[in-house]
Formats: sequence, C-alpha cells, structure tokens
Amino acid sequence: MYVAHLSLADFRSYARVEVPLDPGVTAFVGPNGQGKTNLVEAVGYLATLGSHRVASDAPLVRLGADRAVVRASVVHGDRQQLVELEINPGKANRARINRSSQVRPRDVLGIVRTVLFAPEDLALVKGDPGERRRFLDELITARSPRMAGVRQDYDRVLKQRNTLLKSAALARRHGGRSGADLSTLDVWDQHLARSGAELLAQRLDLIASLQPLADKAYERLAPGGGPVGFEYRGSAGEADQGATTREELYEVLLAALAEVRGQEIERGVTLVGPHRDDLLLTLGRMPAKGYASHGESWSYALALRLASYDLLRAEGGAGGEPVLILDDVFAELDATRRDRLAELVAPGEQVLVTAAVDDDVPGVLAGGRFTVAEGTVQRR
Amino acid sequence: MYEGVVQDLIDELGRLPGVGPKSAQRIAFHILQADPTDVRRLAHALTEVKEKVRFCAVCGNVAQSEQCRVCQDPRRDLAVICVVEEPKDVVAIERTREFRGRYHVLGGAISPIEGVGPDDLRIRELLARLADGTVTELILATDPNLEGEATATYLARMVKPMGLKVTRLASGLPVGGDLEYADEVTLGRAFEGRRLLDV
Repeated sequence: MYVAHLSLADFRSYARVEVPLDPGVTAFVGPNGQGKTNLVEAVGYLATLGSHRVASDAPLVRLGADRAVVRASVVHGDRQQLVELEINPGKANRARINRSSQVRPRDVLGIVRTVLFAPEDLALVKGDPGERRRFLDELITARSPRMAGVRQDYDRVLKQRNTLLKSAALARRHGGRSGADLSTLDVWDQHLARSGAELLAQRLDLIASLQPLADKAYERLAPGGGPVGFEYRGSAGEADQGATTREELYEVLLAALAEVRGQEIERGVTLVGPHRDDLLLTLGRMPAKGYASHGESWSYALALRLASYDLLRAEGGAGGEPVLILDDVFAELDATRRDRLAELVAPGEQVLVTAAVDDDVPGVLAGGRFTVAEGTVQRR
Repeated sequence: MYEGVVQDLIDELGRLPGVGPKSAQRIAFHILQADPTDVRRLAHALTEVKEKVRFCAVCGNVAQSEQCRVCQDPRRDLAVICVVEEPKDVVAIERTREFRGRYHVLGGAISPIEGVGPDDLRIRELLARLADGTVTELILATDPNLEGEATATYLARMVKPMGLKVTRLASGLPVGGDLEYADEVTLGRAFEGRRLLDV
C-alpha cells in the first residue's frame, strides 16, 4: 500500500498543507524545526492512532486551534480509500472512511500500515525493559489485531490483582485478617495466567521470527559486526522450562505465581508475568545495552525496525506492504552505512525520509524531493 | 453556584449514575418549572419505591412482597438456578422466555478496584440455596467482561465440591448480524468458542 495524498489542517505547525505523494522514495528536506517530522508523524498517527513523539494528543493540535484533521488517500493495489481523522484532545476523536458517515476511530486501523524509525528508537537498545516490551507488543498487535483486546484484558487483570494484593498487604500490616481478601486471589491468578500466557506465546513466536531478520538487517548495515541475538528474560522462568505453547505457559505462570505469593502479599504487587519481562538484546556475545557503542546501538535499533518491516512485508495480510518511515536517520550514520541503508530500503513500495540537508540523503534514493520551510511544503 | 435549595437539588441529582453536573442542572431547572402536581407525583414515586420495594428473600431480585414474582411462580423449574449480577439482568433474560428456572442476583461482581469482594455479594445465600440438593444445574450469567468472568470462575470453584452441573453463557457473534461488522475481540472469542456441528 502507499499514501497518494496527505492533507493536514491545524496539525502541529501546519495551518493547512496538501502533499501529493508517489510510491517509491520521497524525501522531505529542510532545516530543523520547520515541520519535516510533523508530516511523517501524521502518517504514523493514521496507522497507530498515536504519536511516536508524545503520549497525549494535545501537542498535535496547532496552537490556538480546537482540533486537527489528518486526511490521507491510500492506495491498496488498484483500490483507493480516503481516510480522515479528526483529533479532538480531551474528547473522542472522529473518523471517516471514503467520506461515509462516521466510523469508530479504531476501524481506521489497518488501512494505513507503517513501520517508523525515529531517533527516539535508540531507547529500544539503551532504555528500560518497558521500551522493549512495548516494541514487541505493538508489533504483535500489528500482526494480529485481536491481541489488542488480550493486552487490554491483561492490563485490567493486573490492576485488579494489584489492588487486591495491596489491600491484603495493608490488612496484614495492621494485624487484621487477610484471609477474606485473599479468597479470590486464586481466581485472579487464573485469569492473569490465561491472558498472560496468550501474550507470552505471541511474544515468543514473534521473537523467533524476528531474530533471523534482525540479524540479517544488522549484517547488511554493519557487516561482520554481529551476530544479533535475542534472549527472552521471562519473570516466570518460562525459558528454562522450554514452555512455548499457550497451555504450557499457562501452567508455568500459575506455578510461578504460587511460588512468589508470600512475597507478593508482602509487597502488594504482582511480581510475575509479561509485564515484568525483558528482551535481552545481544551483539556478538555481549549484551547490547551497556556494551555497544553509540553507533552500534543506533544500527541495532535500526535493524530492529527493518526486521519488523521485513516481517510485516513477508506476512502480508490484508493490510498490504507497510509504508517505511525513516525520520532523521541518515545524519547519524557514516557514509558507508548510509549507502547500505539506502540500498536496503530503496525497493520498498513507499519510503518516506526526512533529512536536514540534501547531502544527508544518499544518491541511491532517487525519487520525489520536497523542501520544507516555515510550515510550507514545496515539491522540487 | 446557585442559592441554597436549588444547589442542594443539583448536588443530589448529580449523585445519580449517568448524570453529570450539566444534566443535573438541566433536570433541576426542569423540575423548578414543572407543574406542582407532576413534581409531587415524582416525589411520591421516589419515596414509594424505597418504602414498598424490597429484595426477594430467596433470590435477591426486586420484589413487592417477601418473594419476587419468579420465586413465587410454582411452574418454575426448581432444579436450575441462573446467577446474574443485577436485577436488570433478570428482566433481560425473562424477555427471552427461554429460561424456566429461577434466579439468583448477586448484587454486583468481584472487583478489588471498586472494593467489592465475595463477602459483599450474595454468595453465602447462594451456597445455602444449593445445600439441600434440589438444584442440579447452575448457569453462570454474569457479564462477559473481566470482573464478570472472575466472579463466574470464583463461583465455579466454590461449588465444585457439590458436584452439580455448572455452565457459563456462551459469548460470540450477535444473531442476525453480519460477520464483517463484528469487532476483532468478539470474532476472536467466537473462534475460540466454536463448536462441532452435528448433522
């Protein structure tokens, strides 16, 4: 799929802008702070209903305006669709498809698919485990939309269970009886293990398919630098027990929960489950975090995104090939890696690139160029 | 802020479920402008409902006397009990005319966040009803959300030693709808709960 036309109203720095796009590579070039990233952020928003830069919607609306509108005409094979999202911070967003009457915003998901790499992604390698869990879970949802519900369920069970543990911990400290409170803990264990196992099974399956792709991508970006390895650090010790199916993981989680129950009641939090896990990224024989150089970490994060792109492309599905977005990537890479990356992504159906100066965009990436300056976007 | 009694009325109305501050204000002014007899009728209905309506001693459903209509009905099957969260769920199931057994209203679902534990629900009463062995099937019809599922699991575990048949309402596709309009979660559940077609 590709985006054939993007139009924004009161989005970030743009009062109004119309950007006609072509398949293949398109580069947005302009000095810092002129609104290059805002353009690709808008495309990313259509794909995920969220920004890769901020957690809330308020900053997306131009100062002084009430709402922002992102509209895109999207081409799937020989079919064209018009997607429209109205972003109302603090209120419900509104969505329309093909100028029809309103649909739920989440019905828009899947029409535009993107894989976005931005400087913030360095946190995938250097940041906290939470960054890597989110990376995995977002990719899981892109592969199978049903998992959005499972993730929601899991978060909800976790919240209920933690509240129960907290009140039990409180009761115990004050010498009260905690027996009555705890009679339902078994039930929450069971529900936590059930949705937790489903999430875990998907994560393990994803990691197994992603690892060879990430290794290949890293090898092509930085030959001889690898190999890239993934190791899932499960809080329940599922790896040691070789559990991979949902049923096996369910049993492992239940057993692990039973084992830490005393500690959990003491501390008032759930200590076992996908929300406590980490994905250990290794480079060569060392963990990437703490050992890899800045440049290596950068290439690693990039390899993770390229692998996601390859995976979604290979699995296809109804959404078609995703749009690859590279936000401000080339400036960080040396000339050799820059050219390698360019060769790697050039055959993509649609690739959107932002760069501060023309020289940052490798020559191999022929295709459309836009100059972005002071809230205007001009085709060259 | 309005003066004295008007603000009191707005505050009281604002405490009702589903009524926000704006709606409370609108209703308050509607009442102010309404005919005195209409208002008196509303006030009468409010006090009446609190005085006359009780909860059924057997199942916990709303009732006008000691027992509710369903529990008084001799044609009802005594061997089956359907467990629901709220009296309004009884009304919903009664509309189907499919169920001939009796009910048990829990008065909510287990939810630690809202401070509701098993002791806050009418679970002890349910166990007492099951004790004499007349009931052979328990249908768990709590809401198909997380708290409802947790409550159902809890009940199933509690009554397991009694050896009666425990069933849970199916969840899946709405009847008469189009498959394409079902959301992923519902459709996913329907796939999980698919059954063998016997022909």
